[in-house]
Amino acid sequence: MQIRISDDALAVACGADAVAERFAGLGHEVARVSSWGMHWLEPLVEIEGRGYGPVAAGDVEAILNGRGEHLAIGTVAEHPFIAAQTRLTFARAGRTRSLSLEDYAATGGWAGLARAREIGPEAVVAEVTASGLRGRGGAGFPAGIKWSTVAQAADDRKYIVCNADEGDSGTFADRMVMEGDPFMLIEGMAIAGLAVGAGKGFVYIRSEYPHAIRKMEAAVRLAAATVAPFKIEVRVGAGAYVCGEETSLLNSLEGKRGEVRAKPPLPAHEGLFGCPTVINNVLTLAAVPFVLAEGAQAYAGYGRGRSRGTMPIQLAGNIRHGGLYETGFGVTLGELVNGIGGGTASGRPVRAVQVGGPLGAYFPPALFDTPFDYEAFTAVDGLIGHGGVTVFDDSVDMAAQARFAFEFCAAESCGKCTPCRIGAVRGRETIEAVIRGEAGASNLALVADLCDTMKFGSLCALGGFTPYPVMSAITHFPEDFDRRGTLAAE
Amino acid sequence: MAGLNDILAAHEGREGPLLPILRDVQSAFGFVSEDAIRAIALHLNLSRAEVSGVVSFYHDFRRTPDPRPALKLCRAESCQARGSEALAAEAQRMAGARVRVETVYCLGLCSVGPNAMIGEDVHARLDGAKVAALIGAL
Repeated sequence: MQIRISDDALAVACGADAVAERFAGLGHEVARVSSWGMHWLEPLVEIEGRGYGPVAAGDVEAILNGRGEHLAIGTVAEHPFIAAQTRLTFARAGRTRSLSLEDYAATGGWAGLARAREIGPEAVVAEVTASGLRGRGGAGFPAGIKWSTVAQAADDRKYIVCNADEGDSGTFADRMVMEGDPFMLIEGMAIAGLAVGAGKGFVYIRSEYPHAIRKMEAAVRLAAATVAPFKIEVRVGAGAYVCGEETSLLNSLEGKRGEVRAKPPLPAHEGLFGCPTVINNVLTLAAVPFVLAEGAQAYAGYGRGRSRGTMPIQLAGNIRHGGLYETGFGVTLGELVNGIGGGTASGRPVRAVQVGGPLGAYFPPALFDTPFDYEAFTAVDGLIGHGGVTVFDDSVDMAAQARFAFEFCAAESCGKCTPCRIGAVRGRETIEAVIRGEAGASNLALVADLCDTMKFGSLCALGGFTPYPVMSAITHFPEDFDRRGTLAAE
Repeated sequence: MAGLNDILAAHEGREGPLLPILRDVQSAFGFVSEDAIRAIALHLNLSRAEVSGVVSFYHDFRRTPDPRPALKLCRAESCQARGSEALAAEAQRMAGARVRVETVYCLGLCSVGPNAMIGEDVHARLDGAKVAALIGAL
C-alpha cells in the first residue's frame, strides 16, 4: 500500500510528522513527498491516490480501518482545486519526493538543460525572450532582456543570483519550489548560467525558511555533477526584509549592510562583486526548464496581453481554501477569492484583499472584477507583486492596516534614502493622529502628500510602494479613517 | 561548540564571507560579542566599524546575550487576518519574563496562521491553548 504525506514545512507545521510516524508505527511505509498546495487539507494523506485531510495522528487507525470517510476527498489529482489549475512550474507538486533524482528524471527533469546544451547560449536567450517570461519577483521585467544584457557583457566573471528572500506576507510559492522541487530551480539556474556565460550561481534564502535551506543545500550537493561545470552555493540571509530588493541582496551577499544601491549601474552591468549578474526570483528561474523543454510558444500560449505564461498565485490570510493556485494570467480577483478560495475561513464577509504583499494595495470587493495581470493591476493603482493574495474579513480595521504599512516600512527600511527612512516614521505618527481623531482631513491630506514624496523619491520599492497599501486603504475604505464621524463635514 | 577560530577557518576562501561567519557566531554563542567583532574585523581586514555596522543592520544578530528561550510569533498581514494581534498580547502575558516572545514578519505559512517558530520548528493554526502549550514546554 502506497502512503504519501508531504514533508513541506507547512504540512509539518500542521502536524504531518506525527501522522507519518503513526502510520510507520503501525508497520506502513510512508513516502514523504512535496505538497499539493491544498493547505486547508494539510496534513493530507494520500493512500493509493485517494486523499484524506486534514488528518490528525489520532485519525490514522480509523483511516486504515476504513472508517475515515469523513476525511476523504476522493482522488487527489482530480480534486477540483487541482484539476482547474494550469500547473507548469508546480507540475510535480504532490507527485514527487523532492530530493529524489530518480523522481526528478522520471518526470521530465533535466530535459530543459539538455536542450539548452544542444541549442547553445544565443538560442537559449532567444527562447526565453520569445516565451514572454517576466520577472516573477514583483517588478515584471522581461527575463530575456536581462539575460541578453549579461550575455553581451565581455567580462570573464559573471554570476547568476537567485533571489529567494521571499519576505512578502501572503507568499510561499518560492518556499514551496525550494522545498518541493529544488532540482527544477537548480536546472533553471544552470540554464541561465549557460545562456549568459556565468560559472557560478548563488541562492540567497531568507533565514526564516530553515526547511527550504536544508532542502536546497542537499539538492545542490546531489545535483552538482549534473550541472557541472556550473557551481551553485546556498547563502542564508539574516532577517532583513529589504534584502529582497535586488541591489540590497547583492550587498548582503558581498557581506555588507543590506543597503539599496542607486541604479544605474544595473546589476546586469555591475552586479555581484562588480561583475555582470543575472538576478532573478525563484519562480522566474523555476519557469525556465519548462520553457526550454517544451519551447517558448508552449509557455507563451498561456496568459493574456503582455502577461504571458502562468502565475503561481498564493491564496492566504483569512481564506477558506488557501494554498497554491497556478493558472494562466487573466483570472479575476473575485474568482480567486470567492470562487476558488471559497471566501473567508471565519465565514464572515470578505471586506478587503491585499494583493502583492506588504507593499501591495488593498482591494475592496467592488474591484473584484480586476483580471490578474501586470497591466490590469497597475491600471487600478495596484500591483500583483509576487502573487500573494491575503484575504481579510469584515472585522479588519483598515486604518490599523495603513498604520501597520508605515510601521513595517519603518522597521525594515535600510536607511539609505530619506523619503523611506523618515517618511515611514512620520507617516505612522500621522495615521496615529488620524486614528485618535485629531484633525482628520488635514492629516489625511498630509499623508497623501507624504505618500507622493515616498512614491517618487525613494530609491527602491520598500519606500516607493508603501504608499500602495496606505493610499488604497484611505481611498477604498474612507469610513475607517473617519474616527469621529466628522470628516465628511470638515 | 565551534570556537571563533574554527568558524573563521571554515569560511576561508569564500566570496563575501562576513554574513556566513556572523551567522555561525550568532548560532554558536547566541550573540556577537565585541571581542568577536574585533577578531572578525582583523581576520577579514575590515574596520571594526564596518563589521559593527553589518551586525547592527540585520535583525538576526544580537549584540548582547539573552539566554531565555524564544518563541517567534508571526505578526505579518496574513497572520493578522487570522487573529495574530490578539494572540500576540496573550502570548506575551503567558510568557512573562521567562520566555522571549519575538515578532517575525512571515514564515511563509500564510494560509494556516497564526504561525510561530521555535528554533527551526514551525507551528501553525495557533490559538491561545496551543501557544500556552508551546510556551509551557520551553
